[in-house]
Amino acid sequence: MAKQHVSFKLNGKQVDALVEPRELLVHTIRETLSLTGTHIGCETSHCGACTVDLDGKSVKSCTVLAVQADGSELKTVEGLADAGGLHAVQKAFIEEHGLQCGFCTPGMLIRAYRFLQENPNPTEEEIRWGMSGNLCRCTGYQNIVKAVQTAAKTLQQA
Amino acid sequence: MIPSEFEYHKATSIQDAIAQLGAHEDAKLLAGGHSLLPMMKLRFAEPPHLIDINGIEELRGIRLEGDTICIGAMTTENELIHSEILQQHCPLLVEAARLVADPQVRNRGTIGGDVAHGDPGNDHPAVMLALDATFVLHGPGGERQQAANGFFLGTYWNDLQEHEILVELRVPVIKKGVGHGYSKLKRKTGDYAVAGSPVVIELDGEVCRDIRIALTNVAPMAIRAEAAENILRGKVIDDALIEQAAAEVLAACDPAEDLRGDVLYKSHMAAEMARRSIRAALLQARG
Ligand SMILES: Cc1cc2nc3c(=O)[nH]c(=O)nc-3n(C[C@H](O)[C@H](O)[C@H](O)COP(=O)(O)OP(=O)(O)OC[C@H]3O[C@@H](n4cnc5c(N)ncnc54)[C@H](O)[C@@H]3O)c2cc1C
Ligand code: FES
Ligand code: FES
Repeated sequence: MAKQHVSFKLNGKQVDALVEPRELLVHTIRETLSLTGTHIGCETSHCGACTVDLDGKSVKSCTVLAVQADGSELKTVEGLADAGGLHAVQKAFIEEHGLQCGFCTPGMLIRAYRFLQENPNPTEEEIRWGMSGNLCRCTGYQNIVKAVQTAAKTLQQA
Repeated sequence: MIPSEFEYHKATSIQDAIAQLGAHEDAKLLAGGHSLLPMMKLRFAEPPHLIDINGIEELRGIRLEGDTICIGAMTTENELIHSEILQQHCPLLVEAARLVADPQVRNRGTIGGDVAHGDPGNDHPAVMLALDATFVLHGPGGERQQAANGFFLGTYWNDLQEHEILVELRVPVIKKGVGHGYSKLKRKTGDYAVAGSPVVIELDGEVCRDIRIALTNVAPMAIRAEAAENILRGKVIDDALIEQAAAEVLAACDPAEDLRGDVLYKSHMAAEMARRSIRAALLQARG
């Protein structure tokens, strides 16, 4: 099948790629653009490890075609830190031990980043609801919830 | 897990999408992609052409026309949840959308795709039955309207004709004296229903003028439990009548046994979901 040209902004930089129509966005990000922070967990749209920020919305990049990202603005976990250091959600996950094996963490971070813009001052229940598209097999979620609470406080104070 | 090869086309308007469906044999529309792409990855579906309707602005948005709410087929679950029109005039849809999948899926998945897809686990078909919705369909022969009641014919089988597109879903404003409830049992957040039941009750004083009890995931498609409705219509609803209606809901169920449970368990859970929704709807209708 003929490849198609796509062009989008990835973590602030304009990038181009040639993709087959059937190529999933997560493969383009990981294999063509070599940003392997975004993980593939289930490949069946359940786990959220592949979550990225597409035009300001959290999506599962294993369930979006790369051709659909043409002209969009994308952010992955690699785009969270800036010259000033780690992002508040990243720092909070370290402080609160919001991870064990770390496999789910990139998805958790990029989702938490967006969730705290949707709801800057969430209750615990709202955090659990807002993060429910991301599965973790290690932590039992307690420390992930704490990390999101801590990040919310930091971001509110900033 | 990658879909088999297909050609990707972008439709720019409803007319263009209908023309492209006609021009490409066995083409499928791509809406939110959160039922279709998973099926294509598993090779349960291998359409040679996908026609992406995400760029069609006329398919988006929610507007109020008199006593009718018109919802564009490409409106996402999250847009339903955040719609002020729905929060105010049809909170049943907001409640149901909050129980669909998870935040990421709700950013992509559309109400039109959920209704058109044909998985008995989809929540919106039963909600549309309970609301007595009307669908606006466009095809090569022009526009037609079809009641939700009669649209769902079986698993992956509905009244959409060849090369037709679901354009808009119309639901009535929920008025004073009308109450609704949606109960959905699921094993975990983000899962499809073990059983679900949206209910709408219209009261005339204390008397039930009309009632619609619909069921999710306990038959080949979304259904209405008409025998149960008949027990309650025209009566002052009390606990004894609710029990009789629940027995009719149980009898109406014909679920497939799977990891979510066996036939008996699912049927009993459907009856319980209906009981809860009837009680919630009654409370609301009484104001
Ligand atoms: C992890 C997960 C959990 C889920 N949980 C639930 C749940 O709890 N409840 C629930 O209801 N759903 C659930 N879903 C399904 C999800 O809501 C889908 O988004 C929805 O079923 C299909 O909508 P879509 O816009 O993604 O359509 P698509 O997947 O793009 O399309 C589905 C089908 O409908 C056709 N179609 C789409 N739009 C139209 C149109 N306008 N006119 C004619 N045909 C059209 C397509 O051609 C295709 O055949 C879940 C999905 C996932 C991945
Ligand atoms: S890899 Fe995309 S949801 Fe699991
Ligand atoms: S830390 Fe291991 S899956 Fe979440």
